[in-house]
Amino acid sequence: MELPPLVAMVGNPNAGKSALFNALTGARQKVGNYPGVTVERHSGRLALDDGRAVELVDLPGAYSLDPSSPDERVTRDVVTGTQAGERLPDALVVVVDAANLDNHLRFALQLIALGLPVVVALNMVDLAERDGLVLDPAVLERELGVPVVPTVAVRRRGIDVLRARLTALVGGTTAELRRLRPSDGSVDDDIVTLQRRARTIAAAATVSETPVRRWNHALDSVALHPVFGPILLATLLFVMFQAVFSWSEVPVSWIESAFAALDGVVRDAMPDGFLRSLLTDGVIAGVGAVVVFLPLILILFLFILVLEASGYMVRAAFLMDRMMAQVGLSGRAFIPLLSSFACAVPGIMATRTIDDEKDRLTTILIAPLMTCSARLPVYSIIIAAFIPARKVAPFIGLQGLVLFGLYVMGIVGAFVAALALRRTVTKGDSSGFMMEMPKYQMPRMGDIAIGLWSRAWIFLKRAGTTIALTTVILWALLSFPQAPAGQKQADYSVAGRIASGLEVVVRPIGFNHDIALALIPAMAAREIAVAAIGTVYAIDDVEDTRGERTLVDNLRGRWSLPTALAFLMWFVFAPQCISTIAVTRRETNGWRWPAFMVGYLFATAYVMAGITYWAAVFAGL
Amino acid sequence: MTSSLPPETLTLETLPRHQRAAVDMIEWERLAVPEARRLRELGFDQGVPVEVLHRARMGSGPIACRIGRMTVALRRAVARSIRVSTAALPAE
Ligand SMILES: Nc1nc2c(ncn2[C@@H]2O[C@H](COP(=O)(O)OP(=O)(O)O)[C@@H](O)[C@H]2O)c(=O)[nH]1
Ligand SMILES: [Mg+2]
Repeated sequence: MELPPLVAMVGNPNAGKSALFNALTGARQKVGNYPGVTVERHSGRLALDDGRAVELVDLPGAYSLDPSSPDERVTRDVVTGTQAGERLPDALVVVVDAANLDNHLRFALQLIALGLPVVVALNMVDLAERDGLVLDPAVLERELGVPVVPTVAVRRRGIDVLRARLTALVGGTTAELRRLRPSDGSVDDDIVTLQRRARTIAAAATVSETPVRRWNHALDSVALHPVFGPILLATLLFVMFQAVFSWSEVPVSWIESAFAALDGVVRDAMPDGFLRSLLTDGVIAGVGAVVVFLPLILILFLFILVLEASGYMVRAAFLMDRMMAQVGLSGRAFIPLLSSFACAVPGIMATRTIDDEKDRLTTILIAPLMTCSARLPVYSIIIAAFIPARKVAPFIGLQGLVLFGLYVMGIVGAFVAALALRRTVTKGDSSGFMMEMPKYQMPRMGDIAIGLWSRAWIFLKRAGTTIALTTVILWALLSFPQAPAGQKQADYSVAGRIASGLEVVVRPIGFNHDIALALIPAMAAREIAVAAIGTVYAIDDVEDTRGERTLVDNLRGRWSLPTALAFLMWFVFAPQCISTIAVTRRETNGWRWPAFMVGYLFATAYVMAGITYWAAVFAGL
Repeated sequence: MTSSLPPETLTLETLPRHQRAAVDMIEWERLAVPEARRLRELGFDQGVPVEVLHRARMGSGPIACRIGRMTVALRRAVARSIRVSTAALPAE
């Protein structure tokens, strides 16, 4: 089968390539990967006006053909026809931001010089107009020598004209397509010349211009203010975490009752036996314990996505840069680390925007220390069981204070780790912090919804596969072989025997046999620890001991306070999450860094839990 | 502090806020290669008008400046290598 013609969307970051790509392709999109690199390939089909279909690919944003990150290298290699697994495009849609022509035209000039058929999308003309900038596309067309189409990607303005121009371009020149050479390193000198030419063209195309966006500056004078800026950021973060807990209460209770109802249905419909126990004690309890956290994750990501789409997030990075610089990171690490409070997996994926390799690696290695939502079930059950619900001051409960302390512990741990890593394994000059601050915008609800859905999907898929499978395996290991009368099933089972081996190692830090047993399946995901302990006690007890009340009683009866505190401290540091390890392997292209991450975090967890245990014992707790 | 320096050594680091100026010269050799490239890519070049919009507190922290129609954040060490002059401003 012959492949359809390929058209690539290319341009500076934030020019609106993806928005335009979405407007052109609609829902028919495919996400793949370029071979050998962790760069995603977004492609879709576009039907031209004459009925022919072309494949449209959305290339990563770049500033020039001189790449400084793997993403930018893919862009360069695709447009020069040297990217493995990709054919040379038949035409390029070069996307430029109308309000930023000086800068975006330079890359456009470089791209046009490659010699492929090009149509320029003069995007975001709405924002340019809002800023009082009026441009003449005809002048641009004349100066650049290629068609120029004004567009507003998010309102689908200019899309039909763009498609018409593409129809004319594609296929017209196939006979004399040239093989192109990659850029030859002399680009550095060229940039300045090109930049000057870009400025001249932009000036010629500017019909009228009022001074730069006033209200953007007004917003920035608050957001970036040396005093009010940090106060605003702290307030936003406070409101965010507050909302995560208060808004999620109701949906969490819905999910809980849905799983309880499901459990009831299964219990009524099936005779008592292994299969029923597998479904209820294994799958439903295990998956339920995880899915309950979906509302928390979604609320946190709602805030993050809105802050990102509005343009505020880069301002937050600006404010945080000073603090991050002190531990050898840059402000850019702030966004991935904030996402890691929901889940380290999207957090680690978000480190792709950090161009310095050492910075990026350090951020990946400390991301698992941010208190992700998977730790909450563990923290909340242990706190409920061992920390008295009493007030230490008006409005400040001891339980809340301990939870807060665990968050702080993670952040402090991350900063200390970054400091240590930057002096040892990820030693090197800091790449600094240099970034463009996008214009403020009203976030578009459609984009936010898509972003939320993709996060929810990742989470649910994980709950449905990794976690469901692990809980089933754990249930099986705990249920076989059957203990003879008078022996504890949890000790006699396969899992029990494995745990006895591990117990030798963790005994010095105050962990008992049940904990050793729970730690093994919790390697797949932290939240399984709770389900696992629940299952251990459920399998041993005659009565049905599911439900928090009895699990709390069980914990109180079987664990000492120092053990409980050591257990909490363990979970601040321990890298018990298979998805995080997998994504680290993918993002660092090998086993070396995930292995290092697991090693240093387990060692820290062991030492810190041990210190906590013995300190608590000596303090007579 | 700033006023004691002769005007030709004014840099983006010391340029007073909201004072319009133009890039005079960039000491490329003081910058790391990727930094220098990013700077060029963001449009820093001789003669381009710049304006400091925000500065995190004295002594450290990045600077936000306007260059062309863009707002760009950069660290002080980089800003120090960008000499600016308030004398000959190109007409805007
Ligand atoms: N107002 C307006 N916003 C746009 C337009 N095109 C894109 N955007 C927004 O600009 C931001 C960056 O766009 P995106 O497509 O992600 O840029 P990319 O980095 O080039 O892929 C997003 O928030 C878009 O919603 C446009 O024509 N007008
Ligand atoms: Mg994009």
